[in-house]
Amino acid sequence: MNGIIEGIYSFYEGIGAPASLLPLLPFLTVIVLIFAIIYTITRVLVKKRIIHTKTASFYLFVSVWIIGFLLFTVGPMIFSFYISFNKWEVVSDPKWIGLDNYRMLFKDTMFYKSLSVTFYYTLVSVPLQVILSLAIALLMNLKLRGIYFFRTIYYLPTLVQGVAQMVLFIWIFNPNVGLVNSLLRLIGIEGPGWFSSPEWSMPAVIIMSLWTVGGNMIIYLAGLSDIPQSLYEAAEIDGATAARKAWHVTLPQISPILFFNTVTSMIGAFQTFTQGFMVNGGPDNSLLFYAYYLYQNAFMWFKMGYGSALAWVLFVIILVFTALVFRSSALWVYYETEQTGRRKRRVRKKRA
Amino acid sequence: MSVKKERKSAHKKVHWLAYILLLIGAVMFLYPFLWMVSASLRSLEEVAVSGMSIWPDHWRWDNYAKALTAFPFGRYLVNTVITTVFPIVGTVLSSSIVGYAFARLKVRGSGILFVLVLSTMLLPGEVTMIPQFILFKNLGMLDTLYPLIVPSFFGSAFYIFLLRQFYSRLPVALEEAAIIDGCGYFKIWWKIFLPLSKPALMAVGVMVFMGSWNNFMGPLIYINSDKWKTLTLGLAGFQGTYATDTNLLMAAAVVITLPCILLFFTAQKAFMEGLTFSGSKES
Repeated sequence: MNGIIEGIYSFYEGIGAPASLLPLLPFLTVIVLIFAIIYTITRVLVKKRIIHTKTASFYLFVSVWIIGFLLFTVGPMIFSFYISFNKWEVVSDPKWIGLDNYRMLFKDTMFYKSLSVTFYYTLVSVPLQVILSLAIALLMNLKLRGIYFFRTIYYLPTLVQGVAQMVLFIWIFNPNVGLVNSLLRLIGIEGPGWFSSPEWSMPAVIIMSLWTVGGNMIIYLAGLSDIPQSLYEAAEIDGATAARKAWHVTLPQISPILFFNTVTSMIGAFQTFTQGFMVNGGPDNSLLFYAYYLYQNAFMWFKMGYGSALAWVLFVIILVFTALVFRSSALWVYYETEQTGRRKRRVRKKRA
Repeated sequence: MSVKKERKSAHKKVHWLAYILLLIGAVMFLYPFLWMVSASLRSLEEVAVSGMSIWPDHWRWDNYAKALTAFPFGRYLVNTVITTVFPIVGTVLSSSIVGYAFARLKVRGSGILFVLVLSTMLLPGEVTMIPQFILFKNLGMLDTLYPLIVPSFFGSAFYIFLLRQFYSRLPVALEEAAIIDGCGYFKIWWKIFLPLSKPALMAVGVMVFMGSWNNFMGPLIYINSDKWKTLTLGLAGFQGTYATDTNLLMAAAVVITLPCILLFFTAQKAFMEGLTFSGSKES
């Protein structure tokens, strides 16, 4: 494979392709060739009436994704699984060491530390995020004047992302001149050092995560606007109070979205990286997030085998937690039955 | 009659309570934001004593000039624009054609394939990160912008899903006439579905913009030399070297955030509409 790439590379070099394009051209050539082959094959199959034009078109179009899937997902997954059983420091050749990487994991105190940091963050911040964003969305769903103005304000923080957000919050939590401690001083409390204290650095990051619940809020709002008004009217005729309406109509109707937000927030939380990176793992490794520890191993110390093992453990953890939430969803997620779905469509058609 | 009145006054009370809660929340959500902007306009001495106030005594506009010349801002900006524009084009085109195929060309095996597409959403990027790095290393693409661009041209599960939802809802009559006229499916996608899905494509574009513009881990892994660094890398390095120049740091953060804010306000309607499709319950 490498030989082919180099061959194409030197060909383009020979005909004087621009230097900045050179890394891309061999790759591009191979991809174009692959598509040409797929196209020709489907063309022939259609001509010989083995498959329909529709089938051919479908597979031709979807091959855009399939090729990427094989190249950037399946291939890497297999490779990463293989590498996790090797000792490999990039410069040398990979050396098979069986389960040693995984055994090493269980003796690695930093592994446990990063795991506990990540669990702490996930288990505290995700429920808070889910509850807060739902509460805000319910408020936003009231028919109040100027509500669009509020929606925009609550969404604005979401636009300050990643590094910029971390830069801002390191300063907001500055023990002397930061916003939070200035506020606390007003009510006579001397705030902690936040990012310089092992106990308070995590609460600081969790508070920071709550600042950007606007993204989840928007998704809830989209769901809330989908709830048929007739359900509320029926509840009102039965004399339901606002609280009962929220509990018996809104919540069941919105539960699939609640579920979606819970799963995505959880997966996102398990993958937290920037917050750990920007403070080098925080004081006493209190912000040594799992993804950051993985990054350190793979890209700072070039322990590719060990890093891959770490990645697979993370994958299993995320899979287990997602499965647990999926399992529990039968208890609290309400999906509309076929019949009401059909009725809803009819109503929609009538409106149209 | 009296019951109705009672209920109305109860409603009013609820509304007042809601307004108060919303206002308190709005202050909490907006204050850090305004604080950042005001700090970017202060002198360093003033920042140290400003406390809660958000009105600068002296407006130091030259902070911005200083912040932008403290690192090769122009070059980083160009790199960031490149790694944002190409992924937008790539994701929109590739996810749209794949989404279209899944929505309108139902053939044998398309259901299973779609489940496969959705399942990739659960896979954490960390698992494929190391091998992808090796792959790009072997292709000789390390320390270029290509690793940040190339994968987007192969579609991404979330956007394929979003666009499929959108295309599923368009009327069947659309393509029937075109087929009678002898249009191929590619032409139908290009001439009919792509132009019709502008709002959804706008939403996808905005989301890809936010993701690519703020992408940090990607550039951090693939880029080494100053020549190809992006703004987020620049800001992270800036935080490391100029940690005490808070005002300049805030100015840089404001500048990096500004395009996101501008884009949000111009594309707000399309963005919200596009999200409605993704959040929808229809399967």
